[in-house]
Amino acid sequence: MLSFALTILLDGISYGMVLFIISVGLTITMGLMRLVNLAHGSFAMIGGYVAGYLTQAGVDFYVALALAAIVPGILGGLSEVTVFRPLYRKGELAQVLLTIGIVFVVTASVTEIFGAFPYPVVFPDYLTKPIDIGFRTYPAYRLFLIGVGGLIAVALWWLIENSLYGARLRAAVDNPRMARTVGMNVNVLFTGTFVVGCALAGLGGAIGAGIMSLEPSYALKYVVLFLVVVIVGGEGSFKGSFVAAMALGIIDTVGKYFFSQAAPYLLYVTVFVLLLWRPQGLMPAKSVA
Amino acid sequence: MSEASAPALSVRGLNKSFGALIVAQDINVELAPGARVGLIGPNGAGKTTFVNLLTGFLRPDSGTILLEGTPIQDMKPEARVSRGLARTHQINTLLREDSARDNVAIAVAEREKYAWRMMRYTPQWRRCTAEADALLREMGIADVGDRQVRELPYGQQRLLEIAIALALKPRVLLLDEPAAGVPSTEAHRIHDVLGRLPADIAVLIIEHDMEVIFRFAKEIVVLLQGRVLTRGAPARIAEDPEVRAVYLGRTVV
Amino acid sequence: MSDPAVTPSVAPPAGEAPTFASRAWSLAGHALPWAIAIVYYFVAGYSLSIGTQIMIWILFALSLDLVLGYAGIVTLGHAAFFGVGAYAAGLFSIYFSPDPILGHLFAIVVAGLLGLISGALILHTTGVTFLMLTLATVSIIFEFGNQARWLTGGDDGLQGMQVGPIFGTFEFNIFGQTAYIYTLVVLFIWFLISWRLVKSPFGRSLDGIRQNPRRMRAIGTPVWWRLLAVYTISAAMAGSAGALLAHSTRFVGLSSLSLLTSGIVTVMLILGGTRRLYGAFIGAAIYYFVQDSTAKISPYFWEFIVGGMLIATVLFLEGGLMDLGRVGQRLMARIGSRKGAP
Repeated sequence: MLSFALTILLDGISYGMVLFIISVGLTITMGLMRLVNLAHGSFAMIGGYVAGYLTQAGVDFYVALALAAIVPGILGGLSEVTVFRPLYRKGELAQVLLTIGIVFVVTASVTEIFGAFPYPVVFPDYLTKPIDIGFRTYPAYRLFLIGVGGLIAVALWWLIENSLYGARLRAAVDNPRMARTVGMNVNVLFTGTFVVGCALAGLGGAIGAGIMSLEPSYALKYVVLFLVVVIVGGEGSFKGSFVAAMALGIIDTVGKYFFSQAAPYLLYVTVFVLLLWRPQGLMPAKSVA
Repeated sequence: MSEASAPALSVRGLNKSFGALIVAQDINVELAPGARVGLIGPNGAGKTTFVNLLTGFLRPDSGTILLEGTPIQDMKPEARVSRGLARTHQINTLLREDSARDNVAIAVAEREKYAWRMMRYTPQWRRCTAEADALLREMGIADVGDRQVRELPYGQQRLLEIAIALALKPRVLLLDEPAAGVPSTEAHRIHDVLGRLPADIAVLIIEHDMEVIFRFAKEIVVLLQGRVLTRGAPARIAEDPEVRAVYLGRTVV
Repeated sequence: MSDPAVTPSVAPPAGEAPTFASRAWSLAGHALPWAIAIVYYFVAGYSLSIGTQIMIWILFALSLDLVLGYAGIVTLGHAAFFGVGAYAAGLFSIYFSPDPILGHLFAIVVAGLLGLISGALILHTTGVTFLMLTLATVSIIFEFGNQARWLTGGDDGLQGMQVGPIFGTFEFNIFGQTAYIYTLVVLFIWFLISWRLVKSPFGRSLDGIRQNPRRMRAIGTPVWWRLLAVYTISAAMAGSAGALLAHSTRFVGLSSLSLLTSGIVTVMLILGGTRRLYGAFIGAAIYYFVQDSTAKISPYFWEFIVGGMLIATVLFLEGGLMDLGRVGQRLMARIGSRKGAP
């Protein structure tokens, strides 16, 4: 019984870790630039496909992961400068529409290049085997997700709390106008943050490919989840997105185990009720932490 | 108490805090019909917060607000407007895509309760636009009635802000820094308008410009950190040592 | 002013009274889409049903224009009303009566009720929170449709619809003439309703709410009630489009409830131009044209093109493709005035 409960917990946490890694970039950019980016899932998807393509071609797993982060990061940077920057002032409708357009373009391109079927990422052997963790054997892959996610969370936490970049980020989220007047180069900050967010999303898409399978509909299918993590956690709140991702991962997993019929409902109804009760999210950020 | 002597606006024991931050502390203010009251205080004293509490965009923690004797502290902002409470905003809050005339006409339509009608009603709308034109003439901006708000210079937008409030035929008018940000060449037009506001309306004006306050207000209330520091006639306030201390460094006329 | 392309509140430049010529032009402009629709009936032959489908999407996009274009309610959940209307009409025909008019009215009521209830629950929120709630709503309804196989047929769609003749005489047949006229008439009726609505004081206040809700509250507008009213009407209208879909194809699939459908109708409206009413016409037609012509090149090319068009429209053409018309108008006006100037 306990073993069962722990399994569900581990499953939920590992899923939540993937959601966190992908969504943390989105929450920061939404909090920082007030940009509604429905295309964020596309960056995750691109990272996944890059990793898939490389690992299928025999490239070293970790090199593939690095590229899975770098490529979307670069694409993110380019698109921020060209396409997203004019959007900051245009309001939320324009942002929603344009990012949907990007989703369509990316989805179509991916289908054309890689086909419509699920596209696998080849994980190294030691990750595909189960590991004995005392009370049972458990897939090493999921432990890997928890490990990577935890590392990233800690690293980001440290970065945001203790570095100059983090301080600037927090200040700019709190009060962008003030930040500009004290001479902060807000443009560079925005672009840099966007790049990091997209890179993380790409990484998340790559390592998460075992539980969130890569197919052309990925971007549209999962965008709701990523947005939920951001909104429920509170836009711009790093802590909030972590908590929300964990909660979402666990709720969804519990739902799949127990109420397999009702699982999708459970999630959306919970989100619906939560947003009505707390429109600002669980931990609305006045600051990034 | 007879109708004639009942205050237009009566605020008693208004309190509001956000956690440890107290933005309104036991505020008592009364406006007689036709009053001209100035509300001054340093930045962050809680002046705009006070207006937001009066208009209903903020809920007070405790206290009562009586508009011509009727308690309104539990009413939604829109209900307060139809009872006769109107305000202008510190930052222009206009319908930028519409014409100046339409901005005012829409307010008239709302006041006359036409605005929910789903059928066309040209003759009544003409009355709204006619009234709007008259108000714009009063403000001295009748010539820009047709122009889109976003094309108008800032000073004229400020005047429009006041015109819209007047279109609601309020009993109590709250002006939040009406001349703020207006270049000095245009500010006199606003001062003009302030002097010509209908005598039966009670007016509360928030201002930093001391010249305006002293010309316009018959009574001044000084706010500091959410509470009323002192109040009285302009001349007395000007001499008050406490007020001078608060405004140390500023020249008070 | 009679020009349908001008938003109700901005007057024409001072000194320009509507001339007979300009009135004639705008009347012609109004009549054009309907003339095209009528002519199409006679020349389309076997492609008549395509016209029917385009008109259904026009109606759907029109309903979205009311909430998104005029009232500024940014929703991605409008497919919920479309799909629910379709399923309502379909289920009515199976369990109650094959009479399409009754089924249609039923669909309108059901969709309208859904709009009323969901709107009442969520319209106090704004921005991304509201958007998320609309996404959650449509997702919940989609999942329900997916799970309730006994009711909706799930993945396979609703089978066994019967569509009786309209008024007992006009039968639906494979040539689709009845379906076409039926759809055209319904579209026309809703168009007239929308036209009156947006030109009315109610419509004007919605436009004000879109521009600046704070300002509207400051003049005493009960914003929430107005939004709820337009949301409900729009939901009923979308449900009507859904009913037309059900009756014309005698089938209802889950895709009518999907997020993708919401996305597509939004794309159509934006391409054509919001707050123009006729933007819905242009947008739906263009979308169909693009999808049809690019599908021959590759199944996914249309998605690429539509995405690109959407991006381009947002970046360069704020008012959608109908803006090209306005730009042309202004150009003509400038040429005309230069000729007439002393």
